[in-house]
Amino acid sequence: MKLTDAERAMLDGREGKAKQKAMDLLVRYGEALGAERLVDVNNVAGTWNAGSPAMKPFAEKGMDAVFSKFNLDSDEVVETPQAEVYTCQLIHGIDTQNAHVTGVAAEAVERQKQAEKYFGRRGVAMFNTCTPYQVGNVPVRGEHCAWMESSAVVYCNAVLGARTNTEGRESTGAASITGKIPYWGFHLEENRYGTHRVEVEVEVDDMMDWGLLGYYVGEIVQEDIPVLAGLTHTPSMIKLKHFGAAAASSGGVEMYHIPGTTPEAPTLEAAFGPKKPVGTIKYGKAERKLAYDNLNSSAKDTAVDFVMLGCPHNSIEQVWTAAKMLDGKKLSPNTQLWIFTPRALRDTAELNGYGQMIRDAGAHLMSDTCPAIGRVMPKGTIVVATDSAKQAHYLPAIMKCQTWFGSVEDCINAALTGQWRGGLS
Amino acid sequence: MDAPNKIVLRGRKVVGGVAEGEAIVTKDTVSGWGGIDSTTGTIIERRHELVGQSFKDKVLVFPGAKGSSGYSHFFHLARVYGAAPKAQLFNKMTTKVALGAVVTRVPAMTDFDRDPLEMIETGDWVKVDADRGVVEVTKRARGGRQ
Repeated sequence: MKLTDAERAMLDGREGKAKQKAMDLLVRYGEALGAERLVDVNNVAGTWNAGSPAMKPFAEKGMDAVFSKFNLDSDEVVETPQAEVYTCQLIHGIDTQNAHVTGVAAEAVERQKQAEKYFGRRGVAMFNTCTPYQVGNVPVRGEHCAWMESSAVVYCNAVLGARTNTEGRESTGAASITGKIPYWGFHLEENRYGTHRVEVEVEVDDMMDWGLLGYYVGEIVQEDIPVLAGLTHTPSMIKLKHFGAAAASSGGVEMYHIPGTTPEAPTLEAAFGPKKPVGTIKYGKAERKLAYDNLNSSAKDTAVDFVMLGCPHNSIEQVWTAAKMLDGKKLSPNTQLWIFTPRALRDTAELNGYGQMIRDAGAHLMSDTCPAIGRVMPKGTIVVATDSAKQAHYLPAIMKCQTWFGSVEDCINAALTGQWRGGLS
Repeated sequence: MDAPNKIVLRGRKVVGGVAEGEAIVTKDTVSGWGGIDSTTGTIIERRHELVGQSFKDKVLVFPGAKGSSGYSHFFHLARVYGAAPKAQLFNKMTTKVALGAVVTRVPAMTDFDRDPLEMIETGDWVKVDADRGVVEVTKRARGGRQ
């Protein structure tokens, strides 16, 4: 791989041990990919923490040991430098303010708090969310980024028109202190054009519709780039957030185009650029039903133990929607409801009184994590309900539970009555 | 089936080095987070054809990576816990599978002249020389083996 003089200086250790290790990892990674060079990035979203049980033996050796091993792939322990470029923490495993609800051990909470303090002071903005774009991290079109988190990556590429591959813990660790990432994949214009045309033949409007469309299309195209034609409604941010997360779960979609809506597709033709579509996918009534049935295939029992909202993390608008539906009501004594939002938006929700409305009904407003990432659910949970296609995809595998998928109304009703009565209209 | 049948594949180095071991082959892509138990190298994904089997100390032959961006971290942890494969051979290059291979730090190759998923079967003995870009497969004797 070709390095600039400045990159060579880092690799030779002239900018310190940590940057040397970071550049060593980036060169190994770039060569593995077959990249010709690195590209400058000024926006990194990754993960710097040590709360999970597997990390415990390393956290005991201190945060530099965690950083060296898991964020730089360095056997030698180096001192963690300050971030060189704008860097933020994504979602992780522990809501430090709600351990009494989730039952996470006090020592794990303590490790998480230590990590937040340690890496926070070194320039990692502790957004603690899978949706950094909801709390101020909004890269501009064409900006090169290094992001983890599949639902954030697809949002970054498709909706914002910024450029990132799906990075990992080590590559974002290295990018944060060097401002570099391999120039490969979605950083190059030629890899961003559509591959498949999706003919949408049914009305796609509400949140559930967008989740079903994403889940169906993702499973078909896998890691290719769908272009949605025939839509009759312009989606809002929260609908695209749900669509992308669903498509990135059933498949590995990292980029898509909606002609007239997303920035790199002013027209259907522009979405494909110089390339011809390799396939056309029909999305009609039968396909919609198939996506719904697949998402609900793990569920049998209608008595719901636990309802989860907020994957990807809810916007303040979504928190308000839930708070309104819960206002003046009480949850079923057999059912718990957890609503997840970014920490910054939780503060706003508290200021607005939404948090109190939610608690008055017997539910919890939470942040920083989710049941799948934190592996946390109320004790004894067998049956879950969620409005998230992503969570419905992962929870049966990760938590070995039955999971119902439906609309936010279906989910709130299940929390209030203890019974699942959702269905496809 | 006395004389072992040898096949040689050529491909591109992803991570350098030389290793050999018994093959474990899957036509399903592999997920890190939610897909493997890093402490044992066992595939845990419910509908994966290798569910319940471990790649520890074997040559993992697979189409590529899928799923969460936590992929590399879970393979990294597998190395830390001594549960990494001996080598990795895969078809589809992505940032996930590349970074995962790099931090697993075992020989890895891709871009083969023939499809390793077709040429290699579970149980075959596989020598990987990633530096030279050569994979030597000794087919396991099948049936009537003494």
